[in-house]
Amino acid sequence: MNYFADVRALARKDLLLELRARDTLPAMLLFVVATFVVFHFALPAGSSKLAASGLLWVAIVFTALLGLGRAFVPEREQRVFDGLVLAPCDRSAIWLAKSIATFAFLAAAEVVALPVFALFFHGVRPATIAGVALADLGICAVGTFVGAMAVVTRARDLLLPLLFLPLAIPLVIGGVGASVVGHPGRYLGFLALYDVLFALLCWASFEYVVTE
Amino acid sequence: MIAARAVGKRFGEKRVLRGVDLELPQGGFAVVTGPNGSGKTTLLRICAGLALPSEGELAVGATRAQVGYLGHEPLVYRELTSLENLDLYGRLYHVPERRERIGMLLERFGLWEARHDRVATYSRGMTQRLALCRALLHDPTLLVLDEPFTALDDAGADLLDEQLRELSGNRTFVVSTHDPARVAALATVRVALAA
Repeated sequence: MNYFADVRALARKDLLLELRARDTLPAMLLFVVATFVVFHFALPAGSSKLAASGLLWVAIVFTALLGLGRAFVPEREQRVFDGLVLAPCDRSAIWLAKSIATFAFLAAAEVVALPVFALFFHGVRPATIAGVALADLGICAVGTFVGAMAVVTRARDLLLPLLFLPLAIPLVIGGVGASVVGHPGRYLGFLALYDVLFALLCWASFEYVVTE
Repeated sequence: MIAARAVGKRFGEKRVLRGVDLELPQGGFAVVTGPNGSGKTTLLRICAGLALPSEGELAVGATRAQVGYLGHEPLVYRELTSLENLDLYGRLYHVPERRERIGMLLERFGLWEARHDRVATYSRGMTQRLALCRALLHDPTLLVLDEPFTALDDAGADLLDEQLRELSGNRTFVVSTHDPARVAALATVRVALAA
């Protein structure tokens, strides 16, 4: 139970930091809404719903990338990472807590983004919402992991998208599939499988990312 | 508590620490001195478990939970208050009677009145005092202190002197300093690093 108490303490700290600094969620919100506005005017009149669904997923992935890029900024700028690594908690708790916090920011951005998308393009189906929720889990699990790897490098702003975007392709395939097909079960199952597999991988190997 | 044989560290081609031997029994007090760039910080990071030696052998008889580390950075979040920072570390170290312990340390280091202020508003000296509170919070058996007197005013330095005197003997210390005279009376082992 200590493990979950550690995760809770670390996630609470991340949410508190965001509440004070407000430098991640507002940026994600502005970005996703601005993206939809641009897409709305960029997409030719009479374009199919399929094209609009694809754009929704482009916006979600890049909004997530914005949040992931900020995930370890307090630790990097204030050089607190040593303090967390020294603490006797399981180091995967750092990853899990950061993933939970990033998931919270992404979900909050999507609570605004999905209605805006529905307003500009077409309605959002329940399967799309389920796909977004499942994809968010995978995005945050994998993104936080590669974010921790990238943050210690000088080329972090370049490295994060380079590492993350190829790993996010299955999520986009699953998400778009769940958004457009009549029976999305297969795609939702695929997203859930991705979440479980990659979450386990990241959980098990995070120790090596933060250890010299 | 610490046994180091020919411990060295390289970052790529650059050698930052070479051939350090250190035998520090439990309750010992090691003072590490040397000019800038001699590898004091690297040696202390290795002793604290934050870095691995590239060469030599090292055995540290303390778990992560038993190490208290004070580095050049305070390892606290500037957007949080001192109370919130210590509460976070107290939870991660599973400190028994956490609130009482935090209150006692803040009182002792003169930060009680500023406990609800964000660390960003603290002076350098106050931040260093908070970093000391953080390092001592879980009552560690091995204290690794990298230039702990940095930024402290006279009162803060006297307080730290008192704390070191009180804890020495039943705690093991590795302290780097540019002012070895300050801790000379406590030192049982001296490590002088060359540039």
